[in-house]
Amino acid sequence: MPQKLTSEALVALVSGVLFGAGLALGGMTDPARVRGFLDLFGDWDPTLAFVMGGAVLVMAIAWLIQPRMIHPLFSEAFTLPGVRDITPRLVIGAGLFGIGWGLAGLCPGPGIAALVIEPASAAVFVVTMLIGMVLVRLFEKDA
Amino acid sequence: MLAAFPQAAPLAGLGGGVLIGLAAAVMLLGSGRIAGVSGIFARATGVASSSLPRLAAWAFVLGLPLGALVVMAVNGPIAAHFLSLPWIAVAGLVVGVGTRLGSGCTSGHGVCGLSRLSPRSMVATLTFMATGIATVAIVNAFN
Repeated sequence: MPQKLTSEALVALVSGVLFGAGLALGGMTDPARVRGFLDLFGDWDPTLAFVMGGAVLVMAIAWLIQPRMIHPLFSEAFTLPGVRDITPRLVIGAGLFGIGWGLAGLCPGPGIAALVIEPASAAVFVVTMLIGMVLVRLFEKDA
Repeated sequence: MLAAFPQAAPLAGLGGGVLIGLAAAVMLLGSGRIAGVSGIFARATGVASSSLPRLAAWAFVLGLPLGALVVMAVNGPIAAHFLSLPWIAVAGLVVGVGTRLGSGCTSGHGVCGLSRLSPRSMVATLTFMATGIATVAIVNAFN
């Protein structure tokens, strides 16, 4: 296996493990906690705000370091989103995502991490999420 | 301050958030990419193409449950209250469609984009927060 591919896969694995551990530790793999955060007008659970705050704070430091680097530690170049337009597609998509997120209390990360916590439920979420993604792809091919 | 919210877990939430921020920082500074779970999952499953090697995408996706396993090994069982499978299936579909249309989820827009002060991510995050809060309020009104 080429050395570059190995190091990129290792970086991704470390990132994924840290991410999954953070989700589990922060309670985000429990849909009741996520729905509790979104239950702003009911029995509000602010935990997710601490998760989000901690993550954004650490990541903001990384964004300060990034422009001072010529290239990433284990790859040749930064490949970051350059699109800046706020489109109807973005708003409709984010709006739909929020509906699903509130409905089940699950977003993609916790859904995948929960495969080892509540396997059957998480598997249904992950498979139907994949079907939804494939549907978008099929429609876009027709367009 | 949090006495009014006995169910909150601010310290675990903050700890989890810091881990998630570190995960996103490792991806950015190590590999030069955004740690967006929906995008990386779409790349791993072949729904989307990107410069991220497919092996690395799978390494990240598999890392998520691995990280949750680490937390379970250290902290013991993780609480998880899932809805019934039909609701999870509907939510999964909507999340799948929404994240593709909206180019991201809580991790890509919420953690990586917000900390980068990306206008697109701010709009997306406000939108999915709003529809998520509305969804929970409506569902709870019928329960």
